[in-house]
Amino acid sequence: MIETALLISTIILVLLTFVGLYRAVVGPTVEDRIVAINMISTKVTTIIVMIALLFHQKFFVDVAIVYALLGFITTIGLAKLLMKGKLGK
Amino acid sequence: MIVIDIIIILFLISGLFFFFVGVVGLLRMPNVFARMHATTKCDTMGAGLVFSALIMWQGFTFISANILLILVFVWITNPTAAHAIAKTAYQRMEAELLDEAGDE
Repeated sequence: MIETALLISTIILVLLTFVGLYRAVVGPTVEDRIVAINMISTKVTTIIVMIALLFHQKFFVDVAIVYALLGFITTIGLAKLLMKGKLGK
Repeated sequence: MIVIDIIIILFLISGLFFFFVGVVGLLRMPNVFARMHATTKCDTMGAGLVFSALIMWQGFTFISANILLILVFVWITNPTAAHAIAKTAYQRMEAELLDEAGDE
């Protein structure tokens, strides 16, 4: 019962991710796109963990940890690049 | 076991509801700060509820400890990222307003 519910929620999350991609493509300012990409990265982390538990591939959880770290570094780097005009000192 | 199953499915549905609200806010809100207000709530509550449901389903194992690690990491990093984006957006908006005022 729970596995069916998990499968349905994963499919709904994938659809929601594609809907959120609209703002990343269209968004009028650069910050809109960064906000959308940040949200998509959190959603993809959740989807990876759900797929790891659904298909009993335990090492996918480690992939999710790395993906969350990567999304955070991307967001911080882009925000700093926009604010200062350059990365570094 | 039936009670814990119902609680897990309830948590999953609540998490999906928060993700849905975040996407709707991202699409319909008027400017950057309002959109950020919607999406950060979706990240915190949605990911928290869904991961809590998965931890309850797995029980006390190594995998659930890993999921708890991801959950704590998301809860620490998402407000930090939102703060950085908001600071950048505010400074750029202020600079544009000052430029327009200087032209006139």
